[in-house]
Amino acid sequence: MRHRDFAAFIAPSLIAMFLFIVLPVGSIMVQSLFVEHDQVLVTTKNCGPFGCKEETRVDTQATEKLRREEPLGKFNGLGTYFNRAHLAIAQVGQIFSGNHGFGDIVSRLYDLPFYKALSFTLVYTFLVTPLCMVSGFLVALGVNAIPRMIKGPVIFLSLLPYIITPLLGSLILFWMINTDGVIGATLQLIFNDPELSLKASPVLTWVTLIVYGVWHMTPFAFVVFYAGLQTLPRDTIESAMIDGASRWERIRNVVIPHLLPLATFVALILMMDNFRVFEPIVGFSAAANATSLSFAIYNDLNGQTDQLFGSASATSVLTMIGVIILLLPVLVRTWRDFKGRAR
Amino acid sequence: MRHMRAAALAAFGFIATAGTAYAGCGIDQGSVRILSNDFDALGIIIDAAKECAGDGVTVSANMTTEHKSLQVPALSVNPARYTVATIANNSIAPLLTKDLIRPLDEYVKKWGGELDDRQLIRVDGKVVAIAFMINSQHLFMRKDVLEEASIKEPPKTYAEILAAAKKIRDKGIMKYPLAATDQAGWYLATEFVNIYLATGGDFFKPGSAEPAIDNKDGLETLKTMKALTQYMAPNYMSVSADEMKNMYLSGNVAIMNQWGSMVEAHTDPKGPAPKIAANTILDPAPTLKGHDIPASALWWDGFAIAKNISDKDAEASFQAMMHALRPQVAEDHPKASVWLAKGFNAPKSAQGILKTASGGARPYPMSPYMGLMHTALGNELSDFMQGNESAEKALKDVSAAYRTAARETGFLQ
Repeated sequence: MRHRDFAAFIAPSLIAMFLFIVLPVGSIMVQSLFVEHDQVLVTTKNCGPFGCKEETRVDTQATEKLRREEPLGKFNGLGTYFNRAHLAIAQVGQIFSGNHGFGDIVSRLYDLPFYKALSFTLVYTFLVTPLCMVSGFLVALGVNAIPRMIKGPVIFLSLLPYIITPLLGSLILFWMINTDGVIGATLQLIFNDPELSLKASPVLTWVTLIVYGVWHMTPFAFVVFYAGLQTLPRDTIESAMIDGASRWERIRNVVIPHLLPLATFVALILMMDNFRVFEPIVGFSAAANATSLSFAIYNDLNGQTDQLFGSASATSVLTMIGVIILLLPVLVRTWRDFKGRAR
Repeated sequence: MRHMRAAALAAFGFIATAGTAYAGCGIDQGSVRILSNDFDALGIIIDAAKECAGDGVTVSANMTTEHKSLQVPALSVNPARYTVATIANNSIAPLLTKDLIRPLDEYVKKWGGELDDRQLIRVDGKVVAIAFMINSQHLFMRKDVLEEASIKEPPKTYAEILAAAKKIRDKGIMKYPLAATDQAGWYLATEFVNIYLATGGDFFKPGSAEPAIDNKDGLETLKTMKALTQYMAPNYMSVSADEMKNMYLSGNVAIMNQWGSMVEAHTDPKGPAPKIAANTILDPAPTLKGHDIPASALWWDGFAIAKNISDKDAEASFQAMMHALRPQVAEDHPKASVWLAKGFNAPKSAQGILKTASGGARPYPMSPYMGLMHTALGNELSDFMQGNESAEKALKDVSAAYRTAARETGFLQ
């Protein structure tokens, strides 16, 4: 291919990547280095239906002047990254310089919003991803074995949790696990504990969210593995059967190795998806017990009256770094496979 | 076919005459575009404003609960996307801070004849918004349950509420007789604000954005909030106002400090629980021992006119809103809200709010950084409420989280 043809061929995707990936990411990175201008405050008398009161307000003209001089805001360097809402360098330093042992360190770190969000995000990612893959694989094996006639409907039903919008799915479950709801009341009956509420304790909330996550994402793993099962080499399976391999041995020695490249792909996508867990936290009103990095960003942008763009951008950049670290092992593996094959 | 055409023509003629008949707002022309929160009482106002449409005047409205996040960007552009923003004492702050609304003194003089003086929201002597209704939380109590527990006087203070709850529980009537909107986030913070206001304390040091909640008033507030939870269903951290309504209507709650604007849903004799509705007492918000300030923030709802629009549109918008706020509209819908309209005869269902206000409850602060404080409270108090943290630590965390956000928004250096 000539260079010109190659350039013309690749240009549209380069432009698209620049517009939709490089620009937004770049703008977020720039944004995260700035905070808003100092607000010039004056005390005024405010009156309304409930009488008058001395309150402060922002001197808009003076503040506007500052804003015009530096339209991007006040340069803060990495200040936002290091403040209490993010990496909390000062607080973490204090925790490590004076503490009462490991438990104290953990509980005090967990008290800081970023580490609280990070810990749930990581636990969620590392539990939901493998559990989804296992359950997806089992469902795929099961569906693959049932008679042709009912396969269509069964596949459709198995996909349902994935089709439902996560927010709706979690809201419906939220109502069901209510102490008056079907699941909540049944659990109370089973454990014979009228006090039992899945919403009350942090541990049970985490369990609920993780179970929900597995329920929601399993169909994705299932559908990919099921597609992979359709490409199983029949002759290998048949020769394994002739050799007297049991069903378990066939799965272990033929099916799993065959699906391994797919598993890498599924793990990659699931990890990315789970790392940005967000909707169930809103749907389950779980913010008191579990927050995630995405939820922290949402919280910054959805404040009562103000939007903390700098803070949200910093969390976004930290999330991106997190995703890269998380995916690194998988990416390195894929790269090695690729190079190995190319050779 | 011919019939249809005739019918269409007739319908068209009807609409046209209807248009001229309603254009009695005194507006020649202009575009009125309203951004508002989404609840019934606002719908009434907006429908009334829409009567001004026709003959060169267009009235459109976007009613959405996401109005708070829309208003600043939508009013920042020039010309602004909306000409009217309905606001409350908390949501007016960012519009004032970013200088997005215009002074209304001149308009009030020209067209505001029917307004009461208390409807005018003045900042630094200038009218910046017009209030048209008020709201607050106040006590909703089950008369039958109190009687069954032989409580003669309905409780008035938090101490009495706790005593009453104990009696109700001890008699085996209800295990969890209390409820509060303690859902982490906005609601939890609102509960703190309500009780903290009742201590008489202020949220900030005078004249600055320095937080001032880390004191004995703050501790008393948290102590009260926590003490109440021992009589609440274990999932109290996920209860919002709507959830609390459902709990009350299911007969699971005897005493609660609920939003006055939701009174209709609780006392509707044709609603899901007519027996509970008939047995509901509406009393002012409770007070704290040693204080006599009812524990609920007072809220007003009103409207402001955007700055970045033509004077023509601004005038049309103000006139349309004046048409919508005429006392007749309040008289036609007396139960929809506690209207501030002149001569409005409040029905019995409004007594909870009115008594809370006349009892000396304090308004929700209009300070520009109160929103940041509210967010910090909503995020940082949940550990304490679940018993994982001391009250002192929780208040320190709130101050620290608030300071971080206030530094980023330039209120603190």
